[in-house]
Amino acid sequence: MNLYTHLGPHADFIVAAYAIAALVLLLMIGWVVLDHRAQKRQLAKLETQGVTRRSDRTVEKLA
Amino acid sequence: MALIDFANPTRFLAFAERVLPWLIGLTVLAFAGGLYLTGGAPDDYQQGATVKIMFLHVPSAWLSMFGWTVMSIAALGTLVWRHPLADVAAKAAAPLGAAFTFLCLTTGSLWGRPMWGTYWVWDARLTSVLVLFLMYLGVIALWHTVEEPSRAGRAAAILTLVGAINIPIIKWSVDWWNTLHQPASVVKLSGPAIHPTILLPLMTMAVAFLLLFFTLHIAAMRNEILRRRVRTLMLMRAQAAPGNAS
Repeated sequence: MNLYTHLGPHADFIVAAYAIAALVLLLMIGWVVLDHRAQKRQLAKLETQGVTRRSDRTVEKLA
Repeated sequence: MALIDFANPTRFLAFAERVLPWLIGLTVLAFAGGLYLTGGAPDDYQQGATVKIMFLHVPSAWLSMFGWTVMSIAALGTLVWRHPLADVAAKAAAPLGAAFTFLCLTTGSLWGRPMWGTYWVWDARLTSVLVLFLMYLGVIALWHTVEEPSRAGRAAAILTLVGAINIPIIKWSVDWWNTLHQPASVVKLSGPAIHPTILLPLMTMAVAFLLLFFTLHIAAMRNEILRRRVRTLMLMRAQAAPGNAS
């Protein structure tokens, strides 16, 4: 209630703007984080099946 | 190490691993400072507390144009220099630019209703930003339509460069036409027309938004490089499968 009083007669618009901004920014961050996990999972799955890039095989041979 | 050295995707992944924790930390600090200053900012003598919407709206507006500028530079990298990371950078920037443009439109609309008496008018500034949003969606759709990444990259680069004409239109629309939107009050030759008590939180939030853009852009580029590796490995597996004589 205090926040609304402090923000004056247009508090609904201000709170809505900040809520939408928080939601959009969190969705963007969530998209990037979940996408990273999905790609890493896919790569790990392919590597366990023995599918690796030529450059990786060269590194393995050198090691 | 020169900038061109990061043209190697593996080297870029190592760079991203090193730089992302620092960028995340700086972004969190900038947002904490920006929100603290926003809370303490005085009301505007005409607009009252609704001026607080400006701390979200203006940085979003700047980043909506910045995102397309980044994509345009990357498009030149794809078409002229054939830089291996250029279309990766362009593809990663498109959803971020679209999100900031959406945020610019919605916060502007929520600011416009109490100040102008309407959520929307078809004036030059608002319409050109809506066109920018639709162009972002068009580029994202194009990326998903063409399966082969380098072909999609070239098509998206051409579309991006054609769409770049909209950026100066957005910037100077308030000077070229009669619009309901106010003219520039921060970036102008005679200096900002905003009192420092409001300018400081605005600029701090702008820095926070910019840092968030850089952080998410580098992270999204890293994801795109990994996605292309997954695609390559899947193609290799399909070619090596028994019965695939070609």
